[in-house]
Amino acid sequence: MIELKGIGKRFGAHSVFEGIDLSLERGEIIVIVGPSGTGKSTLLRCINFLETPDAGSLTVGDLTVDTTRATREQILALRRRTAFVFQNYALFANKTALENIAEGMIVVDHMPKREAHSRAREILERIGLADKADAYPASLSGGQQQRVGIGRAMAANAEVILFDEPTSALDPQWVEEVLGLMKQLAAEHQTMIVVTHEMQFAREVADRVVYMDQGRIIEQAPPSELFTAPKDERTRQFLRKILPAQEGV
Amino acid sequence: MHGLDLDYMAALVPILLRYLPLTLEMAAAGMLCALVLACLLAVIRVTRVPGLNAFALLFISFFRGTPLLVQLFLFYYGLPQVLTFLVSINGITATILGLTLHFSAYMAESIRAAIVGIDRSQTEAALSIGMTQSQLMRRIVLPQATRVATPTLMNYFIDMIKSTSLAFTLGVTEMMGATQKEAASSFLYFEAFLVVAVIYWIVVEALSWLQKWLENRLNRAYQR
Repeated sequence: MIELKGIGKRFGAHSVFEGIDLSLERGEIIVIVGPSGTGKSTLLRCINFLETPDAGSLTVGDLTVDTTRATREQILALRRRTAFVFQNYALFANKTALENIAEGMIVVDHMPKREAHSRAREILERIGLADKADAYPASLSGGQQQRVGIGRAMAANAEVILFDEPTSALDPQWVEEVLGLMKQLAAEHQTMIVVTHEMQFAREVADRVVYMDQGRIIEQAPPSELFTAPKDERTRQFLRKILPAQEGV
Repeated sequence: MHGLDLDYMAALVPILLRYLPLTLEMAAAGMLCALVLACLLAVIRVTRVPGLNAFALLFISFFRGTPLLVQLFLFYYGLPQVLTFLVSINGITATILGLTLHFSAYMAESIRAAIVGIDRSQTEAALSIGMTQSQLMRRIVLPQATRVATPTLMNYFIDMIKSTSLAFTLGVTEMMGATQKEAASSFLYFEAFLVVAVIYWIVVEALSWLQKWLENRLNRAYQR
């Protein structure tokens, strides 16, 4: 179970958000949508301390952290219970696809190298890149790199995978293969929080869609409700703007 | 004007080559110490260790801002007058010390630039899977920084080999000093210095080949 209570973040005098509460059950899939610059990515980055929250507490699995006085050990423990998929893939450039996936298992989980590599091969199989095991990131397409990025997150065996606009940096022709892989994970009941502008994905896959605007959660509901009968005027306006544009594609 | 005394030149080669090991040893020792010191300075600069950062800046500024020859004279002839325990410092040690300090200042800056140049998102990715700062440095940042810095570091090494010739001004009989002595007794200055120039040249060319090979090896992961 994941729970955010009263999470706040400010950059200098500018408050990105404050008092954010959000919780999800094991196996639940949440998609966060909303206009750019409303703190969706920052919120996601607070969950594993890539940004340090200024207020609130975080619970991931059996670990609860008071974010204002988190110790180094707690932050590491929190990061080991979460995994992150980056917009720009952020693969380790000096490591092959296989090594990118195995790295965490070897260094963080102290798994013997052989075992880690054989697990990494299984993951490569699942993400459809078994033939690219020895390829370096520079020789992979954007879609392939992002699939390896997801593979690396899968290898972490985390309570939750956090996706930060995983398809935004991709050329259009690679978007489907990445969304396809995320759907496959969803079908396996992987707990995920996804920040994305892909409304179709939200509609198909999300258990719950969270609408964020100007640093606040405006409303959250299953996609069937939120997309057809949004309660708040701001949600309605946002959906009016974004839906026809995407439906036309 | 007389023709080149080729026989003299040929006879000089083995004599001078006897001093090549000393030249290479001084350069290798200087390079090794300079690398360690440069890494230290670079990490201090990158992480901005309070206090030490200011010292590193001053150190780098001084050793880049003054000629190597002046630094060598300062260490060999000057310092022992102030720090009397250094009276016994010999020319070879003083040369290695000078090369170390001088080149570490340059190398620190190129290592720092290489570390800073590693894409920040890879650092975040490493942290996000639960790596510690030192694991991140060891496994992700430094291997890539090494690759970026290698060409410039090799250039400094080549420069350092040539700079060992200054040791003769501290009374060290290395390759340049030996040439000077041979030339003074034969009066064939042109031949003698031509021979030593060609020896330096060949050594540096060999290293340039090594440099190319090393770069190709390190770049393997980045070819599309």
